Amino acid sequence: MPTKIEKDAVTGTDTTGHEWDGVKELNTPLPSWWIYTFWATIVFAIVYCVLYPAWPSLDGHTRGVLGYWSRAELAQELDTQVRARGRYVERIRATPLADIGKDPELLNFAIAGGRSAFQTNCVQCHGAGGAGSKGYPNLADDEWLWGGKLDQLHATIAYGVRNAHEKSRQSAMPRFGADGILTAAQVGAVTDYVLSLSGHGTAAPEGAKLFQDNCAACHQADGKGNQDLGAPNLADGLWLYGGDRNSIYRSVFYARNGSMPAWADRLDEATLKMLAIYVHSLGGGR
Amino acid sequence: MDTRLNDEDAVSVRVRKEAQPLYATRIKVYPRAVAGRWRTIKWSVLVLLLALYYLVPWLRWDRGPGAPDQAILIDLEGRRGWFFDVTIWPQEVYFVTGLLILGAVGLFLATSLFGRIWCGFACPQTVWTDLFMLVERLIEGDRNARVRLDRAPMSGGKIARKGLKHAAWLAIAAATGGAWVFYYVDAPSTVVKIFRGEASLEIYFFIGLLTATTYMLAGWAREQVCTYMCPWPRFQAAMLDEQSLLVTYEKWRGETRGKHKAGASWEGRGDCVDCTLCVAVCPMGIDIRDGQQLECIGCGLCVDACNQTMDKVGRPRGLIRWDTLARQQDRERRAAVGAWRALRPRTLLYGALLLIVTGAMLTAFLLRTDTELTVQRDRSPNFVRLSNGDIRNSYTVKVLNKTREERSLVLSLDGLAQASLAQVGDGAFTVHPDSVGTFRILVTVPATAAPSGSRSIEFIVRDRQGRERAAHGAVFIGPAR
Repeated sequence: MPTKIEKDAVTGTDTTGHEWDGVKELNTPLPSWWIYTFWATIVFAIVYCVLYPAWPSLDGHTRGVLGYWSRAELAQELDTQVRARGRYVERIRATPLADIGKDPELLNFAIAGGRSAFQTNCVQCHGAGGAGSKGYPNLADDEWLWGGKLDQLHATIAYGVRNAHEKSRQSAMPRFGADGILTAAQVGAVTDYVLSLSGHGTAAPEGAKLFQDNCAACHQADGKGNQDLGAPNLADGLWLYGGDRNSIYRSVFYARNGSMPAWADRLDEATLKMLAIYVHSLGGGR
Repeated sequence: MDTRLNDEDAVSVRVRKEAQPLYATRIKVYPRAVAGRWRTIKWSVLVLLLALYYLVPWLRWDRGPGAPDQAILIDLEGRRGWFFDVTIWPQEVYFVTGLLILGAVGLFLATSLFGRIWCGFACPQTVWTDLFMLVERLIEGDRNARVRLDRAPMSGGKIARKGLKHAAWLAIAAATGGAWVFYYVDAPSTVVKIFRGEASLEIYFFIGLLTATTYMLAGWAREQVCTYMCPWPRFQAAMLDEQSLLVTYEKWRGETRGKHKAGASWEGRGDCVDCTLCVAVCPMGIDIRDGQQLECIGCGLCVDACNQTMDKVGRPRGLIRWDTLARQQDRERRAAVGAWRALRPRTLLYGALLLIVTGAMLTAFLLRTDTELTVQRDRSPNFVRLSNGDIRNSYTVKVLNKTREERSLVLSLDGLAQASLAQVGDGAFTVHPDSVGTFRILVTVPATAAPSGSRSIEFIVRDRQGRERAAHGAVFIGPAR
């Protein structure tokens, strides 16, 4: 509370009436330009509230008489983008998958578009450059579970693996140990045989026999795998779930049966094509 | 009397003092028309520079199909600078930097030799202000008529004259802003679009912006730009010395100034008859008889004015003249007047700098290649082990083809034994004219030949004749052993 407002003799200005240990303060009026600016900001705010969306309500917000909405603007900008890309996207839609690579311009667009879709939808499992990780296939190397040709890649991406989609890739490896098909010792023997296929150690004849009886139907007699069934090649140096004895033992005992969503439900045709081309271009494409 | 003030007095004295304004009120300058040698030179330079400015965008230069036919064009959208037979790519923007350095050093040299010749004759602010003053004089009359008109009460005639003047100014300003955009877009097709209202918003924005600035700076601000806005007057003093040619007033001969009746004796007085013509014609509104000053732009109009007067009263010309401060001192001391020394350490240094920068620019320009290569390695994964044990790295290779023809090239690799290169896609390794080709290249080596960790390699692009056109370093990464 101001206690004693006095007039300052020197400047002719009133004091604020406060006093702190003998120090008094002048109540100099604000500069008029400052006052005008202050009022102008208030007027601006009122005008803004009338013109633009400003106040939240329980079910949304005020709309503003201009009808401007930043989300609408964003939608418009995205639409412009889509239309700018439309020329290429249309060509990709119209060109058979195998012929896109013949046109360098279209190929570069498809690789760029595929990369962008990959960064959004695929990197969570397959990694930024398609390097994959344990349990998620490396897409940059040349080993494929379901085939590395363009059309095979396209089918895998579109319909996925072991999911509910009717065209999904389907196969299931039995849980040899867990379901009691083989004893733990037999699983160990098969594991040793599988390791020996890629030159790691030697295996007892029992393992070879068990392999031919139980595994060769899908993985082939020589262990080279079968891409129609998504059965991996066991004779090379690449392992999806780890190549040490323990990992392979677990794979045989419990089976793995990884799955992947069907992207045809979520992405349009051109994007699926671009994704196939991008994955193919990572270097492992056949 | 005790002259010591106590505190109370000190405060009250300070408070009672008149409030000092923080800036000098502008006094409007009404330059008077003058004829003479320097005025003629100024007009000639003005015509030449304006002609260049307005006509250059209309120069055509045939570059064949697919390229613009404007001789000088800065195509921001296409990211190319076209300059007759030279095409500048964005990564060569340092040539523009070089031109700016040349401009700066050239300005230093010219200033140390001839004073503020740039300001007085060539600066856009001077040229357009001169043009605007000419329009003003044609519409409102010369100095005295303009002063009278400004003091006269508002009337129909005054409004008509003022309105006509501002309309003419705005027209010139719009033409100025309009010509500016022609340096960035194709002139003949754009001029039609502008008048039809079909040009882009950017074009109208920049025309509007430059119209506004031209109108403001040449019409209204004028000498205020040179005195208060431009940094050049502030540091040009560092370029000048006593051997620079400047506009000088021979104080020793002119003073004591005073009116002179025809036929009266010239004994015991100076040659300056105080006709103030030199002040009346000065576009900066200063008095050169006060000596060297920051506001003087060295245009020499006062030289013309004073020579007129000296001829009239029959005294020798050159009371106000272009001269060096050293020679002026010689004259004052009645000593032998030394020759003008154009060659001195300062000018030699500026000249050498000019030569060095020009040489560097020329060298860089002559060594320009028509092909460039950039290589970007995929870092995720760092390397890929293939099923047969081979190690692979992948790269995105970009080839810049700066020629005007389709180029078919060959890519090879140095520094990695047994490496094989493969290109993704079925396309050939060809690049379109004046564009960048992007290729994905896979480099594969057998496991035994793969480096442990990273190894420096080099990509080389050769033409069909096997001549190396460009190279770019990169690394190949193998599994650490």
